[in-house]
Amino acid sequence: MSSRERVLGRIRRALADVTPDGRPYEEAVGRGYLREHGHRTTEETVELLAENLADYRAIVHRADADDVRMLVMRLLARRGSQEMLVPPGLPPDWLAAADPVWIHDRAASTPQQLDRVGSVVTGCAVAIAETGTIVLDGSPDQGRRRISLIPDHHICVVRVPDQVVSSVPQALERLDPTRPLTWISGPSATSDIELDRVEGVHGPRTLEVILVSGAA
Amino acid sequence: MSGTFVGMPAFPEAAREAVGNATLRGNLRHATHTIRAKRARAVAELSDWAELREAGRRIKDHTLRHLDRYLEQLEESVTAAGGTVHWAADAEEANRIVTDLVRATGESEVVKVKSMATQEIGLNEALEAAGIRAYETDLAELIVQLGKDRPSHILVPAIHRNRGEIRDIFTEEMGTWGRPAPEGLTDTPAELAEAARLHLREKFLRAKVGISGANFMVAETGTLVVVESEGNGRMCLTLPETLISVVGIEKVVPSWRDLEVFLQTLPRSSTAERMNPYTSMWTGTTDGDGPSTFHLVLLDNGRTDTLADTVGRQALRCIRCSACLNVCPVYERAGGHAYGSVYPGPIGAILSPQLRGTASEIDASLPYASSLCGACYEVCPVAIDIPEVLVHLRERVAEGGPAVRQGNRVLLKPAKGHAAERAAVRAARWALAHPAALRTGQRLASRTRRLHPRTLPGPGRAWTGTRDLPPVPAEPFRDWWQRTHGGKDTSK
Repeated sequence: MSSRERVLGRIRRALADVTPDGRPYEEAVGRGYLREHGHRTTEETVELLAENLADYRAIVHRADADDVRMLVMRLLARRGSQEMLVPPGLPPDWLAAADPVWIHDRAASTPQQLDRVGSVVTGCAVAIAETGTIVLDGSPDQGRRRISLIPDHHICVVRVPDQVVSSVPQALERLDPTRPLTWISGPSATSDIELDRVEGVHGPRTLEVILVSGAA
Repeated sequence: MSGTFVGMPAFPEAAREAVGNATLRGNLRHATHTIRAKRARAVAELSDWAELREAGRRIKDHTLRHLDRYLEQLEESVTAAGGTVHWAADAEEANRIVTDLVRATGESEVVKVKSMATQEIGLNEALEAAGIRAYETDLAELIVQLGKDRPSHILVPAIHRNRGEIRDIFTEEMGTWGRPAPEGLTDTPAELAEAARLHLREKFLRAKVGISGANFMVAETGTLVVVESEGNGRMCLTLPETLISVVGIEKVVPSWRDLEVFLQTLPRSSTAERMNPYTSMWTGTTDGDGPSTFHLVLLDNGRTDTLADTVGRQALRCIRCSACLNVCPVYERAGGHAYGSVYPGPIGAILSPQLRGTASEIDASLPYASSLCGACYEVCPVAIDIPEVLVHLRERVAEGGPAVRQGNRVLLKPAKGHAAERAAVRAARWALAHPAALRTGQRLASRTRRLHPRTLPGPGRAWTGTRDLPPVPAEPFRDWWQRTHGGKDTSK
């Protein structure tokens, strides 16, 4: 007997006391909880996102679609990054024409190559106001999971209000489970040493989020 | 690390030693009280916490009641998404499967995401025996591994260590595992975290095989979910070419939508955050992003035996948040090591004796490692009635009875060492059925109260070894009632 049959057989014998229940799953499990917590206007939802991002030590900026390019430039200059990693489908509007050097992620890029780059800029799939979370789904403007992980500085551009939802349930509705998903709430952190929170162990130590309005 | 626990003394003995360690108690008290207060605030933010908890309980219960169906569905979904599913009836089989999979890659080292399931089966030791080095990459697990120590908390495994001890471990041990600690390393948490970053990064960048567990598996879509904070999980789930995930069969949930419950309750219950810094979700393999080969090892190892116990099966609802540890007065004083299993605290006290059976002394003692105060039940985000299961397991230990071990029905004998208890209960049953004898006995006890010893003689000695003998009142309650007309003393 294969282990598969053995385990499934044990389960069936273990559940001998359970009477068959023909009800469909969604009926069997009541969902009396809320779809979102409290009532907010669109502006208030974006405001809450900004607050909760900042509460988790992300640095939050706001910009109009026309200003994103200059803002990205300033953030990189402040950081002193000479090279900047970008996913293949990042909107060209967000990329400055001059320095620094833009490095496009390619399938052939090795982890070691990515490790030499200081900053990365990506878009996002959705942002959750109640938890201060941005979600990346590997779309062309976000790139492979590794590029938002290895560089020490991550700039993420969120289109507001289109990409902002209030709550976790609303975010899951928008996401495609078959895509590789990364949920990010603040920069990498640890509390393993006497529960003192330290930012940045393995992921980016600095997360900057640009809330851009008026972008297509 | 199950092997390490063989020969572990029973809980009362281990706890007595731990309670005498002032540093350990200080560390534990600070940690548990800090998380406890933070958690209460995080939970209070959600006005529908009770409803989320109830939904979590129902989702898990429903899944367990149809576990065969959902596992088959999960297998189908994972396979369709490009993964390979393996089934392991016990620890030995799981270790063999993983070892063979690693060997097939030709690699002799692997990076690991913190995982309770792989600790439970002693995977690191099994790999080591096969000549494969497994690197723990969670900071706390790294501290434990370098210190040749055992984890003492589900969420913060090095909770028993303070910064000075961690600095010493890094300075002495990092060099033997890879990149040594920087010269002049101090004990500030930021510097220690930086040392871990440098030490582990070289391993992440060259790793070809990653090993993880999972917090959830979605039957409907075949999606696996890992929640974490540091990014070491993302490294292990993203950079290697081969990913092997070892997951307990109880971690399956039916639908994608179910995650909306647990992604709200798990972070707030465990780290007391609105959301943990990183969550990774993957469905099979994705071209060019993440591992190109994915293996899922579904682990039984006592879970189906637990499922067969109609009272105890609720322990399988556990989502490993560790909230129950942080509120437990017994855990706070005794620490995680005293439980002698990878699952410490209240959940460990009901999970370990069910997964492993109650044959060993430590497992038979675990259901007694509780004051039954109920705080663990209060905080549990999936409403596991831990006190109910504790009492049920105590009865099984003391009285014996039917149980299932490795899929077979067995009749357990009463555990040794409970003969005096059974005799006392028999005597009490007789006395309570004979009121005249009870009254005489009570009066006699009251009149001789000054002569009573502070500890019981004979077989009762064990009981008073860990408890204070309650004082006998000056007169029996029933005499007092009669004398005062139930408290309405007419002389007043």
